[in-house]
Amino acid sequence: MIATIQAWFQQLYETTGFNFTIFYDPYDWDRYVAGLRMTLILGISTILASLVIGAVGALLQSGPSRVLRALVNGFVVVFRNTPPLVQIFFFYFGLGTLLPDIRSADGLRAPILNNVQWAIISLSLFAGAFNVEIFRSGIEAVPRTTVEAAEALGYTRFKAYRYVVLPLALRVCLPALNNNLINLLKTTTLAYAIAVPETLYAVKQIWSESQNVLEMMLVLLATYAVLVGVLVWIMHRWERALRIPGYGR
Amino acid sequence: MTRAPLAETPSPNWTPDQPIVRIADVHKSFGTFEVLKGISFDVRKGEVVCIIGPSGSGKSTLIRCINALVPVTAGSIEVEGIDVTDPRLDKLALRRKVGMVFQQYNLFPHKTALQNVMMAPIHVLGQEKREVEARARALLAKVRLAGKENAYPGELSGGQQQRVAIARSLAMRPDVMLFDEVTAALDPETVKEVLVTIRELAEEGMTCMLVTHEMNFARDVADHIYFTDRGVIVEHGPPATFFASAQDERTRRFLSQVL
Repeated sequence: MIATIQAWFQQLYETTGFNFTIFYDPYDWDRYVAGLRMTLILGISTILASLVIGAVGALLQSGPSRVLRALVNGFVVVFRNTPPLVQIFFFYFGLGTLLPDIRSADGLRAPILNNVQWAIISLSLFAGAFNVEIFRSGIEAVPRTTVEAAEALGYTRFKAYRYVVLPLALRVCLPALNNNLINLLKTTTLAYAIAVPETLYAVKQIWSESQNVLEMMLVLLATYAVLVGVLVWIMHRWERALRIPGYGR
Repeated sequence: MTRAPLAETPSPNWTPDQPIVRIADVHKSFGTFEVLKGISFDVRKGEVVCIIGPSGSGKSTLIRCINALVPVTAGSIEVEGIDVTDPRLDKLALRRKVGMVFQQYNLFPHKTALQNVMMAPIHVLGQEKREVEARARALLAKVRLAGKENAYPGELSGGQQQRVAIARSLAMRPDVMLFDEVTAALDPETVKEVLVTIRELAEEGMTCMLVTHEMNFARDVADHIYFTDRGVIVEHGPPATFFASAQDERTRRFLSQVL
């Protein structure tokens, strides 16, 4: 089966000149798959982390502490008003050099956080800032009287948030959240700039060695189209699963 | 995660022979507007008290002060010896004793009827799920909603939702129930099914405080009626004397309009 596919693409190259090396050259294929795996690691970890940042930020933003509210607002302004690529550079080249090094197992000096970890941190904060605002819009749509009912039943503010406000707010803001998470998945390509070997980085390496820019571009576009398609499908399933019978009608 | 059930909060300075709710000279202002201008009365255990009066007379504000949803500006409220106006008030201890039902039902729309009733005892009191579920099913049957356990609030009529809300409140085993215009949002046919439920509660000896516009219901179930207007109690008394021989001009005018 694999041999047939490889032979077909080899044939395609020889007859037409379209050189999809990754489909017949195991070395290029492995590089491409490694890139894809890194993109998935970046995507999944930043989606989860940004959701937590958004939920916690929105809780603090609607909370009683003025200091915390100001901090969250400041965080949102900083991360929403600056380009994500600049943020990644700031974290990796700016903050990264300030942190002390550690000795790795083989006695070499290594930074405490490597480029992958910095990429995850900065992308999570970037998308998290948007998620704070998205969750806030959902929270504001939950009727005050529903929260009051929870309070009257003895719920603390946190428990009311956890069991009543957040589940309802989530349903309201899912469409906006979908958009932001899709954007986040595509923004993981910026990690390329600090040499994180994700899909764009791997594909770029392949095309500069195999001289097949157009073919690998097509592969790259198709890869992200499929990845986003899968994310959209998951989010729509989630939306359907959360649908409440008889609600909002 | 296992949580130890919370111990009953004892109220050492209160015994059942004392009023269960004491309201003393309560004032409440929203900004410069004074809604309550010195309200005082006591409610004894097992009593049913109705608060009536024109819109904007502060009835709902008063009832919301009793479970500390609204802080009072001056005066004091005690429920079973718990000082509601104490800044260090243990709100959970208070709200275990005081159940509340709202005009707009305020059910949790993302949970089924059964889950609505079960949530607070599990989340707030940390009670065991199986025991709570049995109690919740019994409560739904009690408010005549057996068979609707798995319906979502959006699939129930207003009257059914309000009865779920009553069951939800009862699941916390309160000593006092507050009803804030609970039939005002219902259509006339469903008003009755909710009132029947409240009447049964009253007959079982539950202490009830109702803000209501249902004069006939107030006459039937109340032990005592308070008429409020512009933030003060204008007149009060047991229903027989209150409806038959109101003394104050404002009361008489109000009654002539609503009866």
